[in-house]
Amino acid sequence: MAQIAARSDVHDVVIIGSGAGGGTVTKVLADLGVKVLLMEAGPMVSMGDFKMLRTPASMVWHRGAGEHAEAYTGGRQTPLSFDAFYRADADDEPYTVADGSSFRWFRSRCIGGRTNHYGRVQLRYADYDFKPHDYDGLGFNWPIAYADIAPYYDKAERFIGVTGKAEGLRSAPDGIFQEPAPLKPHEILVQRACAKLGIKAINARQAVITSPLNGRPPCHYCGQCGRGCAQGSNYAASYTQIFPAMKTGNVTVVTNAMARELVTDASGKVTAVAYIDKTTGTEQQVRCRSVVVSASACESARLLLNSKASGHPDGLANENGQVGRYLTDTVGTSMSAQVPALAGMPVFNTDGYGAHLYIPWWMVDRHKELDFPRGYHVEVGGGGFGMPGLGFGANTYNRVEGYGLPLKQAIRDNYGPGTTIGFSGRGAMIPNEDCYCEIDPGKKDKWGIPVLRFHWKWRDSENHQRAHMRETFRAILESMGGTVNATPAPPASPPGGGIIHEVGCVRMGDDPKTSVLDKWCRAHHVPNLFVADGGPFVSHADKNPTHTIIALAWRTAEHLADELKKANV
Amino acid sequence: MSELTRRAVLQRLAAAIAAAGAIDLLDAQEGHAAVLQAAAASGGAYAPKALTAHEFATLERLTDLIIPADAKPGAVQARVAAWIDQLLNVNAELKAKYTSGLAWLDERIAQTGANGPGAKDFVSATPAQQTALLDVIAVKRNRSAENDPGIDFFALARRMTADGFYTSDLGMRDVYMGNSPQAAFVVPQAAIDHVLGRSPLK
Repeated sequence: MAQIAARSDVHDVVIIGSGAGGGTVTKVLADLGVKVLLMEAGPMVSMGDFKMLRTPASMVWHRGAGEHAEAYTGGRQTPLSFDAFYRADADDEPYTVADGSSFRWFRSRCIGGRTNHYGRVQLRYADYDFKPHDYDGLGFNWPIAYADIAPYYDKAERFIGVTGKAEGLRSAPDGIFQEPAPLKPHEILVQRACAKLGIKAINARQAVITSPLNGRPPCHYCGQCGRGCAQGSNYAASYTQIFPAMKTGNVTVVTNAMARELVTDASGKVTAVAYIDKTTGTEQQVRCRSVVVSASACESARLLLNSKASGHPDGLANENGQVGRYLTDTVGTSMSAQVPALAGMPVFNTDGYGAHLYIPWWMVDRHKELDFPRGYHVEVGGGGFGMPGLGFGANTYNRVEGYGLPLKQAIRDNYGPGTTIGFSGRGAMIPNEDCYCEIDPGKKDKWGIPVLRFHWKWRDSENHQRAHMRETFRAILESMGGTVNATPAPPASPPGGGIIHEVGCVRMGDDPKTSVLDKWCRAHHVPNLFVADGGPFVSHADKNPTHTIIALAWRTAEHLADELKKANV
Repeated sequence: MSELTRRAVLQRLAAAIAAAGAIDLLDAQEGHAAVLQAAAASGGAYAPKALTAHEFATLERLTDLIIPADAKPGAVQARVAAWIDQLLNVNAELKAKYTSGLAWLDERIAQTGANGPGAKDFVSATPAQQTALLDVIAVKRNRSAENDPGIDFFALARRMTADGFYTSDLGMRDVYMGNSPQAAFVVPQAAIDHVLGRSPLK
């Protein structure tokens, strides 16, 4: 792969960031014959990086016993798990948090970004999620409606593959679904408990394929989706979109390239992207006819704010001071219980593709009963047979003395499924003026680029919703005979960013005074600047954002290709 | 993996390590594990790093007695002694416990007891002599000044044998059926009936 573009080349489109947004734009444009340059702040990945079927025997430091066998002498085990595919350089690229705020910013620097290991929860926004102000008078409407984006959800589902069944629920619009895997026993129990309370729990909608699709083989149910899939049976921008796009010959990939500034001409149009080549620490530039910023909501805002020139002293596309504003995350809390009905369940392979069940929001038309606006969905965990790890069998052999076949048999007899069932609520947050990011004037990263400072404040709308989640969880768990675990108690006010669903900061809107982008995710005043990540989100639904990032990016990419053809950029 | 677990893992990773290095370490360790597996597949003998050949043979026999093979493999097939030896090789304190514990077994089994003269050492003793000794040190009520070194050592060796066995790719299959490719995800009706039948929602 040619990595460094000659400075004299002018690329039709430079795409900055290779996650769900950048990956989608790369694939759609490459397929339409547009030559693109994809810039990523981290390294390339290969299919060999995605480790399926991992076991403790493949764990670093003696299956977790520690570099110096601390598990048997010092009591400490290595914190390293074999569970995740993960790359970041947090030390080199810090951020700050304003006094009185609490915020966490999770970044993944590599081709595919966070899509390599995300939870694959793939939910469409509902009609009311695009017009929330019409619905309850709070927050902001999007400049587009469900009907505008529905065809792109369709395209995304046909290409990526999403499990599910048609249910006809307003809060969870149906899509083009792959046949879902059967529910696990604890999920059937949860479904029954929910039904008793008037709540409908349905098949999970996961970005996983259960039949072959576009040359990708179906899921083999090993359950280790969190590290990426070495056979590509779930969605990740890397192997689902970028690797195939590279085969078209229309994509140049530049890795370890940290975008620093969008360089503009006198008219304010972007002419080049200045970036730091992390392998040499030197600054480089690539020239472009148009640019798609898809670095993630906050990173995209940072790049715009750091792109200052005499015509735009406060950053590019920031004439109205809106860049960085209305940052939102998902409202979350969790609860688990011990459920005795699970004990002694006959052993089988319970892995599947993670959760096969979820609970969509069920009170769309009953808001008068509630002391908070909007709603949430619930993700279900627990209940499966776990892989043995260090300490496996201890609860048996600490109780049963002896050795030999009686010991081996006692450990077999006492092996059971986890009897914990856990719920995680995922709720909609109302955008507010106190949640935003800005450039910290006093701090730069290793590359000399000014860093972000975060401000965060939950409102009662979110706090009341969290309380309602906990009441609901308790009711469901107790109706199935569960005893709620007192610990760990979730924090009353968790940090913003903690659910890793941060969106907003580079909002779309019809009014150039109050928004950054138009309804095509194009900057109001910079005709060749587009944004394709969570940044354009005007309001955040209870749904996990990845599916909407992909659909929106797909729509933006097709529009951009059209505009390039018409010489409008 | 559940959403809860995934997040916990990621958060722990983010807090604990700079992961670019961890990926490399993981790859290195995998290579190491592959060498072990290759040696096992070819019937190649493991060359102990921390223990002498005699100590290693004694340890291997001890692990065999703790988790023997039946219809399914036991600690010997899972190369548990080799895994323990690798740990002893990185921790002198742990190594000292094993060298003195294994020597204690030899000394004790060589003593003349009620059943007649002892064996030369633990490995060359008859199975009956070996289990007679384990029956003493596997039971806490036999604690005494005389037995304590053996009881303490056996508790450690038993724990580590279980850890080594059930975390090996071979040993985990004694109980665990997951983490293996399947053509279809199948939920046995017996499992569903079991759970619903014991719940208030049957």
